[in-house]
Amino acid sequence: MSREKILAAVKFNQPAALPLPDMEVLNTLTDVRTDLVSKYKTIATAGGSFVYEVNGFDEIKAIINNEFKPGVKIISALDELSDYIYAETVKHEDGHNFADVELTVLRTKLGVAENGALWLTEKDMGSRVLPFIAQHLAVVIGKDNFVPTMAQAYQVIGAADYGYGAFISGPSKTADIEQSLVIGAHGPRSLSVFILS
Amino acid sequence: MSTTTTKDHPHLAADFNRDEPRVNWHDETLWWVRAKRDIAAHKLPEWELLRETASQIKFNVLSNLSTYLEQFEANATKNGIIVHWAADAAEHNQIVHSLLEQRGITKMVKSKSMLTEECHLNDYLKDHGIDVIDSDLGERIVQLANEPPSHIVLPCIHKKKEEIGDIFHEHLGSAKGESDPKILTETARQHLREVFLTRRAALTGVNFAVAETGEFVICTNEGNADMGAHLAEIHIASMGIEKLIPERKHLGVFLRLLTRSATGQPITTYSSHFSKPQDGSEIHIIIVDNGRSIQLGREEFRNSLKCIRCGACMNTCPVYRKSGGHSYHTAVAGPIGSILAPNLDMKKYADLPFASTLCGSCSNVCPVKIDIHDQLYKWRQVIVKEGYSPKAKTMAMKAMALTLASPTLYRMGGKTGRLVFKYAPFAVNNKLNPWYNQREMPKAPDESFGEWYAKRKGAKNS
Ligand code: SF4
Repeated sequence: MSREKILAAVKFNQPAALPLPDMEVLNTLTDVRTDLVSKYKTIATAGGSFVYEVNGFDEIKAIINNEFKPGVKIISALDELSDYIYAETVKHEDGHNFADVELTVLRTKLGVAENGALWLTEKDMGSRVLPFIAQHLAVVIGKDNFVPTMAQAYQVIGAADYGYGAFISGPSKTADIEQSLVIGAHGPRSLSVFILS
Repeated sequence: MSTTTTKDHPHLAADFNRDEPRVNWHDETLWWVRAKRDIAAHKLPEWELLRETASQIKFNVLSNLSTYLEQFEANATKNGIIVHWAADAAEHNQIVHSLLEQRGITKMVKSKSMLTEECHLNDYLKDHGIDVIDSDLGERIVQLANEPPSHIVLPCIHKKKEEIGDIFHEHLGSAKGESDPKILTETARQHLREVFLTRRAALTGVNFAVAETGEFVICTNEGNADMGAHLAEIHIASMGIEKLIPERKHLGVFLRLLTRSATGQPITTYSSHFSKPQDGSEIHIIIVDNGRSIQLGREEFRNSLKCIRCGACMNTCPVYRKSGGHSYHTAVAGPIGSILAPNLDMKKYADLPFASTLCGSCSNVCPVKIDIHDQLYKWRQVIVKEGYSPKAKTMAMKAMALTLASPTLYRMGGKTGRLVFKYAPFAVNNKLNPWYNQREMPKAPDESFGEWYAKRKGAKNS
């Protein structure tokens, strides 16, 4: 009943139709000379992420082995990082089971230079809660997978069908106590980004 | 948690103003946030184009809102989201309660939603035996302090870290006297992780809902909305009807503006797009009117519905910064709140449109180009015409109207005024004169403009 009432009131009170603006300028407004990887690196680092430019998966493994104690629970969604629990095989498990995950490693094909955001969908995550519940998060991205701004990011996403997707731009953080920035609110305490050349 | 108060803005501001160092600290902190917004905005050469585009998209939304609402409902339903409609706060709260009751759920975790503050949902659920825990750190702090948020983006901006330490010591068992933000945040992390892992229901707000796709977007830095929603079996999202945008690609415009305007960050840590429920769980969305359709019909105030709740207008407002968010006694404080509140209850919030210097700074920073200060000025006229003007102002205004209507009284008044200023300044510079509060009165000139002009004319003619 309220549905009809609200829709009728809205319809009655809304002004005459106004057109949508042209988005083309914003979509194409791109500084082509910018090196997207270095721009991304600067912004992401400022936002608290650790960014590594690597030549292959061996380098990634070495960094992970160096940063994490042996035996901690690591879940990876990448075929190339098969030493860890494979996200695909645990994706139907109850999210609560991931409470003891130390590190989640995911892969994306879309990063945004202007704000350090990485686009991940449910398919990239395995389970939706994984990039949030893990103590640490790592994301692997190819060096050609960056776009300049959010305008181009949504052009790449287009009409993709996803149940859930998120732009993630850094470790979980808060500044609610006297505006002092503290890393590690409820989600991962760190975000490492591996840019593959 | 509700702000049940009979005091109006000037009195509540006076309470806040008693502690001068705190006022200065509040003022400086918010100005610092505003300065960060400027730096972020200036980094984008296309900033003004973005604002203009966002503004036009929102105008289009308001002019086609009924169509977009139906389109969103159809697409969300197709995605497996269950859509509810609530005409007012009471109905919204009942829907939330019945969803929990049907499942026998008595504990819920909530992420930030100013709409639920507007509806006083926490109080309502508490009265019905449901325990709600706010999971945004700032919101959790004010919840433990039994206060409402004082800012839509920075809910506990009015609290010092020592006070937060005391609250945590009392409720969360942190060490006495601990006031290090890092340690306090870690305490909250441990406490809330337990909450996330045990609650079967999560409620979140909505930043943007997309008509074209039936998805909705939530922006947080902490990841609390996601931790709650992904671990719960039911996710309830509350949204005002004005949160819609037409197409997915328009998110690109708003996400670029939102946090740059709010805190100067280039984007929130998490911008989460919910399109379908995950296996084994449900998403419900409650579309709430609660006076918004009435505002849509008020031509002069309609634009206020373009607001994306970035908080920039508060951070820049000289009155907000010096009077504190609680002095507005409404869920959304500051300049935009002062436009929205009188729509809900003109009598109760008649004081708010007067809580502004009309300097225009709010309109200048607004990412969707709402003519905020003009609307505040217009509200004043409506409120006076409808007979709701704030009491203290009414007497003075009546005397002024009378004086301005009579040239003799005007001249007499001017003369008396100047004499008083000159020979009895204490008669003006006292507490009975509200204009003297926080102000030095000016020195009066020896003669009025009228007298000076007459003399000058005489001198010229001779
Ligand atoms: S009115 Fe404008 S500046 Fe104020 S909160 Fe809304 S969008 Fe931000």
